[in-house]
Amino acid sequence: MLRHRLNLKDGKIIRKIMEAGKENKLIVSVSPHIKSSESVDKIMWTVTATLLPTFVMGVYYFGPKAVIVTLLCIIGSLLSEYFVQKLAGKDISLKDGSAVLTGLLLGMNMPSTLPFYIPLLSSFVAVAITKQLFGGLGYNIFNPALMGRAFALITWPRAMTTWAEPIANFTGMDAKTTATPLGILKEQGLDKLLEVFGSKMHLYSELLLGHRAGSLGETSVIAILIGAAFLLLRGYITLRIPAAFLAAVAAGAWVFGGKQGIFTGDPLVHVLSGGLMLGAFYMATDYVTCPTTKKGQMLFGAGCGLLTILIRLKAGYPEGVMFSILIMNCFTPLIDRGFRTEVFGAKKKA
Amino acid sequence: MSFTTFPLGGIHPPERKELASAVSIEVMPQPQRVVIPLSQHIGAPCKVSVEVGQEVKAGEVIGTPEGFVSAPVHASITGKVTAFTSVLMPIGRMVPAVVIERAANHPVEAWQPAEDDKDYLKRSPDELKGRIKAAGIVGMGGATFPTHVKISPPKEKPIDSVIINGAECEPYLTADHRVMLEYPESVIEGLKILMTILGVTKGYVGIESNKPDAITKMLEAAKGSNIEVRTLQIKYPQGAEKMLIKSILNREVPAGGLPMDVGVVVQNVGTANAVYEACRYGKPLIERVVSVTGGGIKSPKNLKVKVGTPVSQLIETCGGLKPTAGKIISGGPMMGFAFYDLNTPVIKGTSGIVVLEQKDATGSDKFNNCIRCGRCVDACPMGLMPLMLSLFSEKGHYADAKDYHLFDCFECGSCTYVCPAKRPIVQQIKLAKTQVKP
Ligand code: SF4
Ligand code: SF4
Repeated sequence: MLRHRLNLKDGKIIRKIMEAGKENKLIVSVSPHIKSSESVDKIMWTVTATLLPTFVMGVYYFGPKAVIVTLLCIIGSLLSEYFVQKLAGKDISLKDGSAVLTGLLLGMNMPSTLPFYIPLLSSFVAVAITKQLFGGLGYNIFNPALMGRAFALITWPRAMTTWAEPIANFTGMDAKTTATPLGILKEQGLDKLLEVFGSKMHLYSELLLGHRAGSLGETSVIAILIGAAFLLLRGYITLRIPAAFLAAVAAGAWVFGGKQGIFTGDPLVHVLSGGLMLGAFYMATDYVTCPTTKKGQMLFGAGCGLLTILIRLKAGYPEGVMFSILIMNCFTPLIDRGFRTEVFGAKKKA
Repeated sequence: MSFTTFPLGGIHPPERKELASAVSIEVMPQPQRVVIPLSQHIGAPCKVSVEVGQEVKAGEVIGTPEGFVSAPVHASITGKVTAFTSVLMPIGRMVPAVVIERAANHPVEAWQPAEDDKDYLKRSPDELKGRIKAAGIVGMGGATFPTHVKISPPKEKPIDSVIINGAECEPYLTADHRVMLEYPESVIEGLKILMTILGVTKGYVGIESNKPDAITKMLEAAKGSNIEVRTLQIKYPQGAEKMLIKSILNREVPAGGLPMDVGVVVQNVGTANAVYEACRYGKPLIERVVSVTGGGIKSPKNLKVKVGTPVSQLIETCGGLKPTAGKIISGGPMMGFAFYDLNTPVIKGTSGIVVLEQKDATGSDKFNNCIRCGRCVDACPMGLMPLMLSLFSEKGHYADAKDYHLFDCFECGSCTYVCPAKRPIVQQIKLAKTQVKP
């Protein structure tokens, strides 16, 4: 083998070697010559897998309908991805997992009581319009799943705010509808919420376990944290965005959320309610649509948090996670430009 | 215990040092024929000073430097100049070279020292510098910058510390490790010579903590001197000059600047060894220790090799290639150069020949869109935003890349190593650098 290679001297050697079959192939390329085993596919599928506990809790509380809504979202996403890529003559990238993840996240952001066309159309908006029309994975400005949800919320406001009562319901029968904790908080105040849940402790524990009305993925805080902990340990996400996000919501709720004036609010109710956990750990950390530098990410998280609490306390909607992340998505390019990294050896400002 | 390191970025690729780190340096038999490139350094190439047909002795000058930033080239074996040729170096440049052959019946003649100057430390800086220059010593870590130039800083840049770089942070490579283990006194004496020349009182040796045996040896050898042996955290690219200076002295070389801007000169372990041999015995740089290692080599070794020996002979000495061999690299896998012509000769800067198996080696595979995961930003030791450099280069917006500190990138490859989208960031950066002026 060695001899064979020594004889090949001319400039066409690379091609010759390449053609010399697997056995004699010597690769020539620019450094580095080794790369980590991380890949886009691996990341997407791992994140998808870590949503399993959350999905299971959603199914536990909302029954087979939760499975159907989620599946419709995933199927819709896959179909949208396939058709747009086919039409555009691009490589089909279904196996990279990003369409599945978008579909799953979209499902986690929907109530269980929807007619079939809403998940399908929303996933089309998410994948075909928000992602593919902007250039595909990596080029979208807005978080696809959240755009899908925003579209649904604006187009079918009633359906998207009709919440089934969470009772471990496996029959698929129509459950009673009810309001979300944040809805009650908004319309009737904290006292009413406490009345519904009995005591503060009980309210917290129900929020942690997930026994509450809401989107499929807004049930159990614990389930979300299990998945998030895995992502943090693997280094797939960092705490920069979630921590800033949660801290800003907590601070805002504490300072402005109380009836008896400033500094009397209950931060914990706000932190544990609604889509905040899912949003902070899974939506705001979406690589494509968040800033890439340390400072930028913290700023982004804090911005999401402040907008969330602003919407929750002052605007028409009981929940503000979705809009706040989408609004901050617009600022991502600006933040990335304005909060660049500090170059090693750069002149320090005196 | 936590060891000192640099603050920004860095990565932890698999070290794979175990392949060759326990194998003692083996002196490779003199080759019959050597091809000695006339440009083995950064700077002006040498002018050939021999003729075809001329007999030369090992250690004789065959190429004389043209210009200040240059270093002479010596015959590495005794024999006859049979041809002038040109060879393709792994960095992708054709360079003129001198072929020297030893007749089959001619006995092997090794280089012999003409003197043994035991009082080398008492010589004047200029005298020592002259010996280093005459020996043709260049940076042996791979940068191949002429050493006598590096130790002649302008007056307005006072030097107060000399650091010997024993980090050897590139995966696989073990040559510096073995040199520190087997010639610790030479390395320390080399450092003392450099300190004498530069008139500094403080010397350091930085070694990553994965070489505890070398650290022990070097500590012993440095006993009773002004030399501090510092254990460094294992993190690539710990051995990059700027990172090393930050780790050891906590000084930050200004962007676009040189170590001398913060009063430091850094030299590689092998270079220190060569400096010692040059100043004491007048030995020119005609041989060096090369790690021949990697999963694609049958029995990895550390070989003491004559400059000009074709790589094919090194590989043969190490039992040959495994059928799974997929890529041959001159230097380490992070910053080295892949090449395919096994006639390529070993030069002064060849720190290792790493043969990767196909399954471990990356090729120019298809790459994906950047998913903006930020891993490259977190990995960059220079605090750059590699994703932007990559994107701008891909789109041809080279001036924008410059605005994002293109020229502060030293191509360590950390960003590319971690990128899940497998983007060839370093390649794109290299391209951009050729398209705009610094
Ligand atoms: S190759 Fe350049 S941009 Fe990439 S990590 Fe190294 S210094 Fe930073
Ligand atoms: S590591 Fe790769 S995919 Fe991630 S931001 Fe950098 S260039 Fe983009």
